[in-house]
Amino acid sequence: MSPNQLCCHRPEVYLALAAFLFAAGVFGLVRRRTLIGMLIAGELIFSAASLNFLTFNRFFVEDPTVGQLMALFIMALAAAEVAIALSIIIAVYRNYRSINAKAVSELSG
Amino acid sequence: MKPFPAADLLVLGVFAVAVLLTVAGALIAVLSTRLIRSVCGLALTCFGLALLYYFLHSPFLALMEILIYVGAICVTIIFAVMLAEPDEAPAQESRGAAFLWGGLALVVSGAVFWALVQLGWGHAWAAPTSRANAGTVHDLGVALLTTYSLAFELISLVLLAAILGALVIAHHGRSKS
Repeated sequence: MSPNQLCCHRPEVYLALAAFLFAAGVFGLVRRRTLIGMLIAGELIFSAASLNFLTFNRFFVEDPTVGQLMALFIMALAAAEVAIALSIIIAVYRNYRSINAKAVSELSG
Repeated sequence: MKPFPAADLLVLGVFAVAVLLTVAGALIAVLSTRLIRSVCGLALTCFGLALLYYFLHSPFLALMEILIYVGAICVTIIFAVMLAEPDEAPAQESRGAAFLWGGLALVVSGAVFWALVQLGWGHAWAAPTSRANAGTVHDLGVALLTTYSLAFELISLVLLAAILGALVIAHHGRSKS
């Protein structure tokens, strides 16, 4: 078996895995009832994006630093997003005594 | 040089472990009812992804994945889980409605998955004819300080703004209560 036939050298496997992560993230984002659960699902979507970037970076790009730097930037943005989102969640919990997404609906009338 | 015996099988085994970790972690993160378990699922997914990044010739990114996602993000989320309500409240909706909306979400995410897999699998991707560099940490550093220096500085500004914003929001909530 030549090394190029192994499934870890085929880009489709990584792309399918990234698609699975993205789909799981979308499912969690729709079905989760707490804000932290939705945040975790959003992190899965971020991971899917960086896995996709690195797959294309490994197989189809002439300059292999581009995708790695993009994945690094995605990680930094995810960290910033988590910091902000968690502080908002803590503030919401202080005011509403709940992190349930349904509880924060005063404006819906 | 004689190759290591059954090297292909070993590589396949490690790859299978990485895929399994990623998939199982994502399922745990999305499906478990207790929040602390879904955070652990996210950490599992990140370990699997770090292994996959090794397979994708990005060892620096694998290290960063473990350092940032498992070491920083998961720990921060665990702190928030401990500060706030630990568990999801039992569903307010009726059994039929839960079944309907869960089925709908499953169908939508399944369709997204199927469509993306079709896109990725059916396409004849063109491999590059040449490589500009090897993509090592040295190349990454050079690119970060030459081509992408503006993006690098902007990211640091974003992180600074995020830290300040988190401090302000958390402090405001405390003074109010």
